[in-house]
Amino acid sequence: MNDFLAPVFESGFFTSSTVQVALLVGGIVALVAGTVGVFTVMRGQSFAAEALGDIGTTGGSGAYLIGVGPLWGFVAISVVAAGAMEAIGIQRPRGRDLATGIVLGAALGLAALFLYLYATQSAHTGATVSILFGAMFDIPSSTIPLAVLLGLIVAGIVAVLYRPLLLSSVSAELAAARGIPVRAVGALYLLALAIAVALAAMTIGTILSTALIVGPAATALRLTRRPGAAMLAASLIGVGATWLGIVLAYDSYAWPPVHHGWPVSFFVVTIIFALYLLSGVPGLWQRRRVASRPVAPAVAGTGDR
Amino acid sequence: MVNAWTEATIVAVIAGVVGFFTVLRGSAFVAHAVPNGAFAGAAGASLVGINVLIGLGVFSLLGALGIGVLGRRGRHDAVTALALVFMLGLGALFVSLTVEDASEIYSVLFGEVLGVSSAELVPTIVLAVVCLAAVAILYRPLMLSSVLPAAGEARGVSAFRIELWFLALVALTTTMTVPVVGTLLIFSLMIGAPAAARSFTDRPGRAIMLSAMIALVTVWSAIAISYATNYPVGFFVGTISALCYALGRGWAAWRRGRTAQLAGHRVEAATAGT
Repeated sequence: MNDFLAPVFESGFFTSSTVQVALLVGGIVALVAGTVGVFTVMRGQSFAAEALGDIGTTGGSGAYLIGVGPLWGFVAISVVAAGAMEAIGIQRPRGRDLATGIVLGAALGLAALFLYLYATQSAHTGATVSILFGAMFDIPSSTIPLAVLLGLIVAGIVAVLYRPLLLSSVSAELAAARGIPVRAVGALYLLALAIAVALAAMTIGTILSTALIVGPAATALRLTRRPGAAMLAASLIGVGATWLGIVLAYDSYAWPPVHHGWPVSFFVVTIIFALYLLSGVPGLWQRRRVASRPVAPAVAGTGDR
Repeated sequence: MVNAWTEATIVAVIAGVVGFFTVLRGSAFVAHAVPNGAFAGAAGASLVGINVLIGLGVFSLLGALGIGVLGRRGRHDAVTALALVFMLGLGALFVSLTVEDASEIYSVLFGEVLGVSSAELVPTIVLAVVCLAAVAILYRPLMLSSVLPAAGEARGVSAFRIELWFLALVALTTTMTVPVVGTLLIFSLMIGAPAAARSFTDRPGRAIMLSAMIALVTVWSAIAISYATNYPVGFFVGTISALCYALGRGWAAWRRGRTAQLAGHRVEAATAGT
């Protein structure tokens, strides 16, 4: 068994405590991100997710500056930013992108300042890279309880909101007519998204965190139309991509040209992107078949949108 | 220093002009995504040892067209997000394969205007001329397709083709602006100034001029303050852009309030007269 798997898992993979922590935390984060992401994609809030992630850079660098764990910074800033975006007006699709963009721009400027200050203060420059592109193998095991707690909070919010959130994501008017407080539901959901993004930022980095939220969910929603099944599929895809990425990154320490290992987040993001592209293939094929059929009135609507 | 000013001036004008269309089309997300592809380009160029500008150009164009084509099927915003993170991931890989010290990454991401040589100025000027020419040629169809896509289609202006042209324009702008404000912050220049300009005037021609002027003021004052305080330019660009936008919003709200008040007075006067 071990000999068979030797080419895949470099020696010491399962015994390394760094890898164990990475697998555990990475798995939890991917699970949460996939679940939340289905609603993000359904509601068309990918830009919000992206912005919350990028803004995490400000929090992470601020946390480095005052000397607390980066996860605290990620969570604090993205919850604040979610509040700001909600206040500026995230309801109207067009103005909402603009408002998101402005908040994002200002926050990134602040991040530039914090990173600069940290670099001049401490004379070691690793902070920029590990905040932006993640530090999967640098997660201290003391973070596990906090990560689990945050994951449970997100899962709790999604579980409680599931039905009203689903309805208001599909049709806000219908939800409002049924007496669902659409705005409050949206705001609570944004809070869950902010926490999920912060968790993802810890594993694959602030500016890549969207990949875990949006990628598996967009892929899953192409494979199935049922939200529950999509959430399950998205979580599985996310966890699979994360774990495979960790394995490859661990292996890559032996790869040319430099023997210091390729970034984990590169692998994770690439796998997610490739899966998304692959998931479009059946739809393409199906549509071509439908188009080539002489009369196909009933089936025409079932293709990928 | 003179080179830096010239470079920054050109960059600000182009960002202001192209940014106007970005805001008009509601394409803030794309304007954020394309420069991130450029980051991968810059990192890749320094990996294989070619001119950074070529890397920036190729990758931002690839990213832009990729988003355009993939976004046609599938959900546009999810595709944009995915293409963007994929490019960034590639950038992370290139960076880890080349650079040992991270200060170079920092300057690509957040910009470094003060180190521009006069040889670097030439490509910027060429790109700027190409950019302005493209805007001039595309002006009417771009405007029509941005404001009324359906009417554009009826007149034979393909919204998809215009979208691709527009994305190429954003890529071009990205290529020239990245060395100044950095991939993460161009976007705030391309959004803040035009958004502010649009709350001051409704006329497109005037808004474009105003947008370029606001961008210019933003960049100039950012460089001056950065020079005086030694803090990064990007911080001031981001902050001043957001301030301009807030001022624009405030002005629009105030004017709306006044118009409503005047209308109210008029109604009162009319009802009192009868």
